[in-house]
Amino acid sequence: MDPYPEKLAMLLEYLDLSGDRDERIQMLIDIASRFKAVPESIATRPFPKTHLTPACESEAYVWCEELPSQALKFHFAVENPQGISAKCMAVILDETLSGESASRLARVPGEVVYRIFGRDLSMGKSMGLMGMVSMVQACAKRYLASGHADRLLGESSAAGAGSAGP
Amino acid sequence: MSAIEERGYASTDALVSTDWVSEHLNDPNLRFAESNEDPLLYASGHIPGAVEVDWTRDLNHPLRRDYLDRSGFEALMRRIGATRETTVVLYGDKSNWWACYAFWVFQLFGHTNAKIMDGGRLKWQNEGRPLVTEAANYPASDYQAPERDDSGVRVFRDQVLEHVQAGRPLVDVRSPAEYTGERLHMEAYPNEGALRGGHIPGAANIPWARAANEDGSFKSADELRAIYTGENNLQSGDDIVAYCRIGERSSHTWFVLTYLLGFQQVRNYDGSWTEWGNLVNVPIEKP
Repeated sequence: MDPYPEKLAMLLEYLDLSGDRDERIQMLIDIASRFKAVPESIATRPFPKTHLTPACESEAYVWCEELPSQALKFHFAVENPQGISAKCMAVILDETLSGESASRLARVPGEVVYRIFGRDLSMGKSMGLMGMVSMVQACAKRYLASGHADRLLGESSAAGAGSAGP
Repeated sequence: MSAIEERGYASTDALVSTDWVSEHLNDPNLRFAESNEDPLLYASGHIPGAVEVDWTRDLNHPLRRDYLDRSGFEALMRRIGATRETTVVLYGDKSNWWACYAFWVFQLFGHTNAKIMDGGRLKWQNEGRPLVTEAANYPASDYQAPERDDSGVRVFRDQVLEHVQAGRPLVDVRSPAEYTGERLHMEAYPNEGALRGGHIPGAANIPWARAANEDGSFKSADELRAIYTGENNLQSGDDIVAYCRIGERSSHTWFVLTYLLGFQQVRNYDGSWTEWGNLVNVPIEKP
């Protein structure tokens, strides 16, 4: 099975169309420009540290919201004003993974960071971005572990709207 | 923060303020260069006219663990349109951590016409100064570099071993947890770890960020002396080796000791803990 959900795989294909590093960077900046911080209906400052991505120097916070459709919707905050890569990653994770089945989310490899940003990332930057992926994975795993049925693979269950934790 | 001239530094030759940069944006004898950890930052907005110097592609050897050679440095400087007479003003993210690293590499080729913009990119941005997205392009220069000379500011493992055996001072600029060996790597950097934890015997632990203010600018000379001389008894005539994990954080400390406090012999051990902590049979201290 392809390790990447369909929307994420399409995004990676799109990025691979870039002719060179500069073009790819511009694509990623354009993606980052779509960043919208977590709505107040989900979280307000000061954000609880339980939602803070470990090892992320851009101070990225991650929330997942259980939708009535038994899917997960991801929200992010990036507190470092220079955290543009983190904002880009947040947009990609939200736009390509929100609504995916939890079991699929739990299998997204952290290596996707290198597929998106390339191998020239510093170790610190790549670990912070991988941490955001790990937060999404952890949310999906908690969702499954708490007895919720997988949206696409499982039986229907009554997953109410609300935060599924960090 | 007070003006740079009022902070009591040993020399202000290598440090300029954001005001100074703002007043010299159109000076043809200057080249502003942004060096960041985040590869998206430069293209998202930079000081008008500034070029990018990327710490991986532009400063490191593409294959070996080493810095670029003479021809590589010439290619870099020709690309940014700099001559030997051009003053390169470096700035970047993370309190100029990467800018100081680039500055240090420039010294390996004797390009002493270099300065750091105090406070880096964040200070410039927070002051509401202009940022542009258009990449700056300059006519290629015919920059001629000398052969790289590592002897002045760089030190290698065998020299560090002799340094330790002679009881000379070292500064470990890593976090206290890395220094004590509690961690084998900086919290966010597990893949740049080492097989053994601890520090080089005799090294004082002075994390690099202690030299920086919240806004990324450098602390005053009195504040710096209190840290390096007062707390840690380092003297300006000492032969000092600074190190961290791969030599980038220690470039920041090297800059502080050499230029702001006027220490006369400070060298950066870029092999740092990723080399020392993996070496067979070298001494390690672990409290």
